[in-house]
Amino acid sequence: MDLNTLFHALSVIVLVMPALLLTVLGVTALLNRHLSETLMARWTEVTVTVALLAAVSILGIMLFSGQRYVSVELGNWVVIHEQHFHFHLRFIFDRLSVPFVILTFVLVGTIGAFANRYLHREPGYGRFFLFYAVFLLGMVIASLAGTIETLFIGWELVGLSSALLVAYFHERPSPVVNGVRVWAIYRIADAAFLVAAVALHHLTGAGDFSGLMGTEPWPNGTASLTEIQALFVGLLLLIAAAGKSGMVPFSGWLPRAMEGPTPSSAVFYGALSVHLGAYLLLRVSPLLDASMTLRICVIALGLTSAVFGALAARVQTDIKSALAFASLSQVGIIVVEIGFGLRYIALIHIIGHACLRTLQLLRAPTMLHDYHTLENALGENLPQQKSMIRNLIPEPIQKRIYRFALERGHLDAFLDTFFVRPFIKVFTLCDGWEKKWTDYLSNNGPSRDQNAEEQTVAKTDSMEDIK
Amino acid sequence: MQELHLPWLEFSVTLPLLGAIYIGLLKNRNAAYPQCVILCVVTLICALGEWIDFMTFHIFEAHDHWDILETIFHRDIFVIDELNAPLIPLAALLFLMMVLSTLRTKLGRFSLGGTLFSEGILIATLSCRDPWLIIALMSLATVPPWLEMRSRKQSTRVYSLHMGLFIGLSVIGWWLVPKDASGIPQTSSSLALWGGGMLTAAGLLRSGIVPVHCWMTDLFDKAAFGTALLFVTPMTGAYMIMRIVLPIAPSWALQSIAIVSLITAVYAAGMALVQTDSRRFFCYLFLSHSSLVLVGLELLTPIGLTGALCIWISVGLSLGGFGLTIRAVEARMGRLSLSKYHGLYEHMPTFAGLFLLTGLGSIGFPGTIGFIGMELIVEGAVEIYPLIGTMVVLAAALNGIAILYAYFRIFTGTRHVASISLKARPQERFAVLTLTLLIIGGGLFPQPGVSSRYHAAKELIAHRHIKTVPVKHHKETNKQ
Repeated sequence: MDLNTLFHALSVIVLVMPALLLTVLGVTALLNRHLSETLMARWTEVTVTVALLAAVSILGIMLFSGQRYVSVELGNWVVIHEQHFHFHLRFIFDRLSVPFVILTFVLVGTIGAFANRYLHREPGYGRFFLFYAVFLLGMVIASLAGTIETLFIGWELVGLSSALLVAYFHERPSPVVNGVRVWAIYRIADAAFLVAAVALHHLTGAGDFSGLMGTEPWPNGTASLTEIQALFVGLLLLIAAAGKSGMVPFSGWLPRAMEGPTPSSAVFYGALSVHLGAYLLLRVSPLLDASMTLRICVIALGLTSAVFGALAARVQTDIKSALAFASLSQVGIIVVEIGFGLRYIALIHIIGHACLRTLQLLRAPTMLHDYHTLENALGENLPQQKSMIRNLIPEPIQKRIYRFALERGHLDAFLDTFFVRPFIKVFTLCDGWEKKWTDYLSNNGPSRDQNAEEQTVAKTDSMEDIK
Repeated sequence: MQELHLPWLEFSVTLPLLGAIYIGLLKNRNAAYPQCVILCVVTLICALGEWIDFMTFHIFEAHDHWDILETIFHRDIFVIDELNAPLIPLAALLFLMMVLSTLRTKLGRFSLGGTLFSEGILIATLSCRDPWLIIALMSLATVPPWLEMRSRKQSTRVYSLHMGLFIGLSVIGWWLVPKDASGIPQTSSSLALWGGGMLTAAGLLRSGIVPVHCWMTDLFDKAAFGTALLFVTPMTGAYMIMRIVLPIAPSWALQSIAIVSLITAVYAAGMALVQTDSRRFFCYLFLSHSSLVLVGLELLTPIGLTGALCIWISVGLSLGGFGLTIRAVEARMGRLSLSKYHGLYEHMPTFAGLFLLTGLGSIGFPGTIGFIGMELIVEGAVEIYPLIGTMVVLAAALNGIAILYAYFRIFTGTRHVASISLKARPQERFAVLTLTLLIIGGGLFPQPGVSSRYHAAKELIAHRHIKTVPVKHHKETNKQ
């Protein structure tokens, strides 16, 4: 067996195992044949472990053979030769994707084992693991994607599973409201991503990253776009990344996402999903070299998000929200690093931060217990240290900053005031006009079903929950 | 013209029509139900047979073996070609699924005979290429919903006004278009332009393009959900535009239709988000998607047209299934309001899954049948209108938000307390599994579908050019 065949076989294992897990869980759920908790946990363990071993083997062989870039072609999913349209299934194993996919398997595997105990006998146990499988598949596809369209598939799967897991405790309204909010932001980010993908297709003739950045392995690629083209595509991708990673002005969804069960909060919003935007920027980082303006935008966005995250994290009253904003702060710094061209530093930062945050979030439910243990050991309350900076800032400004942080930067209010409410107002108005028009056509009689009208008479904004 | 091995088209049309008469004569509705199901199954088999038979020839068009209608009228009445070949089985499948998922308790409000009659008329419309006959059949198809609304003592004025206008515009429009001796329309005269304009307006009205869409929401409000669903989901308005308007309209006119459709797609997606009634919500969602199909159809580029033909199938399947799910939930809970949470997940997880899957399929979520079609439409729209084309993406994004929003409203919230089981019946589960297989199967293996639709798109564009060339030639000769 030559090296290429071995790479191909191992990469297929890496890709097939998450797909197999999703197929088993999905088909049994569809057929109403519910698997036992033990069986589901075993399946998850086996598939994640086998895929992890395959990914580690790929890393080992790459280090041993000195190969820095392995491209696995699975052929064209869809092709229209005459129109030069092809949806190419290509996955790449390089210095960026291999560490990220290994990180994914390690963290998702850990969370799977944790969730097996944490959600024991929960009514939604099966539902959790089904969405977990969707998430895993999405992360693996997004990590290894060799074309922007393939990355988009993974990106969408991650988004859907995240939104559904935020609404996991769906008997309470609050998680559901937050689930819709997360989904709405994701859809906007996805729209920007899709436009960027289509633009890339038109500019380079293909969606392959090699067409965009040359055949040099990451991070040495060179963008084949002009400065203006790079700025246009790059800004769209920046919006997509900002939405996915909860950066300013989309940060409002991050603490809302903590409504989900702790295992999903830990792995999705604390560790992996939140870094996917940064990962996208790393993947297309040669674009930043092509446009200084784009680079400045990336740094500015990262810096703003980092400062905002740091401020907001300090005033949160629940640990999961505090950790969410702390994550945002670190993601902001990672994006700044990417903007400055420190790509390896950014990758190492992602890995370290993801592992630390997963641990912190998994410990979050027992934090009070941990504090009590510490205080019992010390025999007194934990010492509270005043920040040096506080002495330098005048009191009124401190109060303003405190209010700003407490209101989470008014970001949700900003989006609601300038986008959501005007949107609802305009379309509600149109709905009213349509009703008047159909009433008129009905000879001034009621044009809508009276029973339905009675049921839906509560004319509150149907989107109020997105506020 | 090549002949099929059997008279599949005639079987597909006459079986439901004769079945409608037979079912109408039966007094006992419960006894009529299984027979209606059998008739729908046989019709679907005939429609599938026609498609498979046609595929084996690798040609653009064919007609029935032992074509009785041709013998009588000396012209091809029912013709199968690359455009309608998959649409006929899709229509038959939708009718079967609808009948299959009708609860026995609802048989009093859902006319089986009327449904079979509508199926026969619809399949005849889709099998037909003659403009007069298409107009006549589409006019006839407007009658069963009208009768149903009358029998339910609902106001029919909105529906009657719009459908009357549609019939008037279609008839006058086609009458105004002058034809040469061979029956090919001549597009050079001002009369032809007026005629073409009227036909376009009729097609847009029937497709529910803004601002002449109110009849559709009105229909969903007043008719049985199943009837409204079966009337709009096969998108006969788009079919009429393809058959009658496309061959005679100049490119600028078609591209104007594309822009109007694009505006409708975004408008309807926005309206879906503010609806508080599930039927109206579905109607706007459908309107947004059907407008996207029209966008692609009128782009007249191979990629855009391929995307539109793919989306046509995927929207038929996905939104057909989506509507079917809402109807199944409505049958158990009554008219659904989206202004509150219903908490139905634990009672009907199968329907919740299908709701999500079909909804995601309709917006072109990866792994579902609509994904590649949506990519192609975006690609095609951006190619022609780089900036305006991005509105397709905006419409898809808004539709995506609307679907998850409705899912949460219907299936989440404080658990509904029910004294009886609300679970899916075996027939409903069968419908769910069939649709799931088609939506996911078509999503995972999209190449055969895309190849077939691309071939159809190419042929349609080529046929349009063939029809317009003699006209150009004629004009040049006159100048000389």
